[in-house]
Amino acid sequence: MHNQVKIKKDFQMFYHHPDLVYLDNAATTLTPDIVVEAMNGYYHHYNANIHRGGHGIGAMATERYEQVRSQVVQYIHAPGTNNIVFTSGTTHGMNMLAQGLKHLLEPGDVILLTRMEHHANLLPWQRVVRETGAELRFVEFTDDYQFDMDSFDRLLDERVKIVSITHISNVLGTVVPIKEVCQKAKDMQAITIIDAAQSIAHMAVDVQDIGCDALVFSAHKMYGPTGVGVLYGTTALLEELVPYHLGGGIVREVREDSAIWNDIPARFEAGTPNIAGVIGLGAACEYMKDMGVTDVGDHEHTLMAYAIQQLATIPQVTMLSGKTHVSSVLSFVVEGVHHHDLATLLDEEHIALRSGRHCAEPLLMALGLVGTCRISFGVYNTSEDIDRFIVALRKAIGILTNDE
Amino acid sequence: MSIHEKIAQLKEYFSVLPGWEEKYAYIISLGKSLSPLADEYKTDEYLVRGCQSNVWLRSYEQDGNVCFEADSDALITKGIVALLLFVVSGHSNEDIRDTDFSFLDDIGLKSHLSMARANGLQAMIDRITHV
Repeated sequence: MHNQVKIKKDFQMFYHHPDLVYLDNAATTLTPDIVVEAMNGYYHHYNANIHRGGHGIGAMATERYEQVRSQVVQYIHAPGTNNIVFTSGTTHGMNMLAQGLKHLLEPGDVILLTRMEHHANLLPWQRVVRETGAELRFVEFTDDYQFDMDSFDRLLDERVKIVSITHISNVLGTVVPIKEVCQKAKDMQAITIIDAAQSIAHMAVDVQDIGCDALVFSAHKMYGPTGVGVLYGTTALLEELVPYHLGGGIVREVREDSAIWNDIPARFEAGTPNIAGVIGLGAACEYMKDMGVTDVGDHEHTLMAYAIQQLATIPQVTMLSGKTHVSSVLSFVVEGVHHHDLATLLDEEHIALRSGRHCAEPLLMALGLVGTCRISFGVYNTSEDIDRFIVALRKAIGILTNDE
Repeated sequence: MSIHEKIAQLKEYFSVLPGWEEKYAYIISLGKSLSPLADEYKTDEYLVRGCQSNVWLRSYEQDGNVCFEADSDALITKGIVALLLFVVSGHSNEDIRDTDFSFLDDIGLKSHLSMARANGLQAMIDRITHV
């Protein structure tokens, strides 16, 4: 167990905003100083382009950039560095997968998603469906807001070619049993893709244990910088994947009318990548290693149990949570109160949470809601944060339901 | 009262409200006192696209001036609309177009700008000034 008061000192944000109760970690986590310093280190000491060059600082930048691939390999237990592609984030990774795999699809084929998907794991597939004549199917969730395995079993048949599923819902906090999902999908010869944006900093993610073909996440949801992420793929998948972004660095030979792809992963990283961002991601991996992702998850689950217990004492609050809730994300609604009004008043008390549709509109429609308020925890949150949130929430509800 | 006088009056009123609680309570009460918008106008045609809450706004002419009616599904948003309409409704097109809406920054709400953007405040102002 870590000392969260001490952990807050790792983040300049808390120095500049000492009163901040930051409960929007599912949107982005705050950035510890060591990540910022690592990125500064690149700009101050070895600012050069990578994989090019003929000079020492370029070689230094390349070495550091490639080291981060090894750090990511360790963090998600990938087989090797050739399985790690740097992207600009989860959304970029999903677009690369959708566009790069569509050549495998024929009319009548099925892409299986869930009702809980973030738009990043929906819109790219909607386009692919229009382009290929394939169709989408959606796994339901249960009344208890859990992944509906019966629905999955019913929808998974030999027409399903791709199963692309979130690990943890960014709205409900539902944890999908992805290992079982991947095993069943594999038995049907379907390609399995996991959106790990919401799990990567909150539980151990072991790609070989999960058994997925691909998995994507963003650095900025694991204490790294924005604008950088990872696409993990098995060697077999990456060999099938057609490069989506074309440009410098991805080819071995270019003629006027043709080109031969470079090796994997270089063929997927066209142009100058976000070098400083990747180096920041390396520092974030280091930070997570120090904190221990399992310890962080345990801490967040303890906080979540406390938050649920406290929220249950406010009669107007309805939590979108079942009997079991083991993640760091929770949505709730307040009877007779618009989620946006609530977020506005909580902001006055320095409580930062998310309100709205959370880029998951089909899910909100399925829930019959126009929006929710969402709290989500990170390594630095404390039970005092929750106490302050609850006090502010009671006060805001009081102001918004005063009929005078 | 001219638009300038109305803005001065609002600024003065907000300056005597001691805290954000009172300021928001006042904004909410303004919203509640807004004359209701008939349901027939709560359609896409009158919807001002905002990120988080819906605002419906209609304008009509009366004695050569522009009048507005509006509603929102969120109380604070509705209050902010009411503030805007208090200032501009019943004035000429030219006067409305020349209105300096920066007074909204001066009424002392910390989160005003960020939240207002989410509320589609700029979209509301655009709609009001482009009748």
